[in-house]
Amino acid sequence: MNRRATLLLGALAALLAMLPAFANPYVLSVATLMLFFAYTGQAWNVMMGFAGQLSLGHSLYVGIGAYTAAGLYFHFGLGPWAGLWAAVLLCALAGATIGALAFRFRIGGVYFALLTIAFAEFTRIGFDHFPALGGPAGLFLRVEQREHLDLLSLRGPPAMFYYVALLLTAGAFGLCAWLLRSRVGFYWQAIREDEEAAQALGINVFRYKILAMLVSSSMTALAGVFFAFYYNNLFPEQIFNISRSIEIILGPIIGGLGTLFGPILGATLLAVLADSSTELISALGWEIPGVKQVLYGVVLLAVVVFLPNGVWPVLARKLGLAR
Amino acid sequence: MDALTVVDLVLAGVLTGLVYGLMALGLSVIFGVVRVVNFAHGEMMTIAMYVTAVLFGWLGLDPFFALLPVAVVFFGLGYALQRGLINPFITRPEHTQFMLLVAVAIILVNLLLMIFGPDAQHVQLDYLLEPVELGPLLLDRGKLAAAAVAAATAAGLFAFFRFTLTGKAIRACADNHLGALVVGLDVKRLYALTFGLGSACVAVAGCMMILLIDVTPTLGPAYTLLAFVIVIVGGLGSMPGALLGGVLIGVSEALAGLFIAPSAKSMFSFALLILVLLVRPQGLLGKSQ
Repeated sequence: MNRRATLLLGALAALLAMLPAFANPYVLSVATLMLFFAYTGQAWNVMMGFAGQLSLGHSLYVGIGAYTAAGLYFHFGLGPWAGLWAAVLLCALAGATIGALAFRFRIGGVYFALLTIAFAEFTRIGFDHFPALGGPAGLFLRVEQREHLDLLSLRGPPAMFYYVALLLTAGAFGLCAWLLRSRVGFYWQAIREDEEAAQALGINVFRYKILAMLVSSSMTALAGVFFAFYYNNLFPEQIFNISRSIEIILGPIIGGLGTLFGPILGATLLAVLADSSTELISALGWEIPGVKQVLYGVVLLAVVVFLPNGVWPVLARKLGLAR
Repeated sequence: MDALTVVDLVLAGVLTGLVYGLMALGLSVIFGVVRVVNFAHGEMMTIAMYVTAVLFGWLGLDPFFALLPVAVVFFGLGYALQRGLINPFITRPEHTQFMLLVAVAIILVNLLLMIFGPDAQHVQLDYLLEPVELGPLLLDRGKLAAAAVAAATAAGLFAFFRFTLTGKAIRACADNHLGALVVGLDVKRLYALTFGLGSACVAVAGCMMILLIDVTPTLGPAYTLLAFVIVIVGGLGSMPGALLGGVLIGVSEALAGLFIAPSAKSMFSFALLILVLLVRPQGLLGKSQ
């Protein structure tokens, strides 16, 4: 990273850190959701962007993470800081199991993607028939002390959630920056580029693919814990849905797969797009259900057709950041 | 619960499964030849269902007569989609193909939502209300007719791929892309043709499906997934496999609905998918690579 990049990153961090001081509640909620997707996208990017394994079932880890922490809080009064360990553990276990099954049987590409969808869908329907966690009617956490800051049980004003999401995003960024330059990161990229060649060079492909699963699913578990305590209600139909998995991967793909800034840029662009299209539609008076999503789909289509490597590589060149 | 009810349900599952199989056959043909993951497959079927419902509601056109024109139009649309949009993506990585078709699917679902609103629509034909008595068994006449149409369409497609020169050329593309290019086949045109055929299959499946279930704009994704499950279970690139997979899923759904809970039925489909992927990744009737 050159000096210019460091400067820009510092400016961005300062801007994000000061945002709650001048943003209204609506902007703050949009920004929090944006950071949630930036973080989750970063976690997914470890699997796909770094190690080249296409997972279309990351909603599984968001859901397991959210339900574990929320369930422990709901039934045993165990706070999120204790619950997140259980969430991470369960998600890592789920990720490692799926990875071990898939990679042991040499399932890759589209088949791997379908396997991850299958596990997520299977779990979604399972939770629908699991009354202890609310079933299809949902699991609700008590909303209390909205104004009072209670970090211990992650209860507080919207700004607190914003900062938690910001910390998560910054932490994930740092972790990924470090991973990319570490030995593991280079192994992953070698596997992504050519698995057979990587194996021929003596890289234990199986082990490092599992490691990517472990890192990615554990990171996503934290997103789930955050989601549970931010929204206070969980429905299997929503949280495990394939459309949630797609939402997670849109950011990094639009931003730039395998890049550090891609997930953040992508999440920002999508948040801006979603918001400005809402404004545009209400300005034009076209408020029919579905218009916004059609617009969304068209923009997505345009990005995929015209910028197949995402926006970040182009932007980086324009800003003079590309090496 | 007596044994007769179970047999009745299993037969109903087989009939529904044949329609599922035809839908999946469309996907299998596209996936097997063009090697592109059609993530808008269920959405395409949903559109065919709406078109049939509209033709029936406005013009009183019987779905069995609507079959042919709808299939022809879908063939054209599929051809154009492959030619215009998907073809440049054939050599690109899988995730970009996936995103492309997800974008198409999002647009299609929401266009339907804009045009028809979120309410369910259905088609009911009076002459299909009376069940068919087969000895002690009672069969739903609509399901029987739908399954017959599905089986006939599938048979037509088998014959096309086996006996016509174009069909053989398409199979050659699927077997060896480079070889097909070397011997001078117009692979781009054949790919577009294949996509058109796959779309026509899913259109016929849609015309029949509207006789079995109500249609809503958001039906698509679930059926896209279902088609994938069927294709993988039956074996990728195997046309009988798609039909067999469809029947298996149809029966498993019927039995799961009976013995556990109707809402848990697709859990069994996904369990079956996971099992097949792990134990026999080439699918039940697929050739091992």
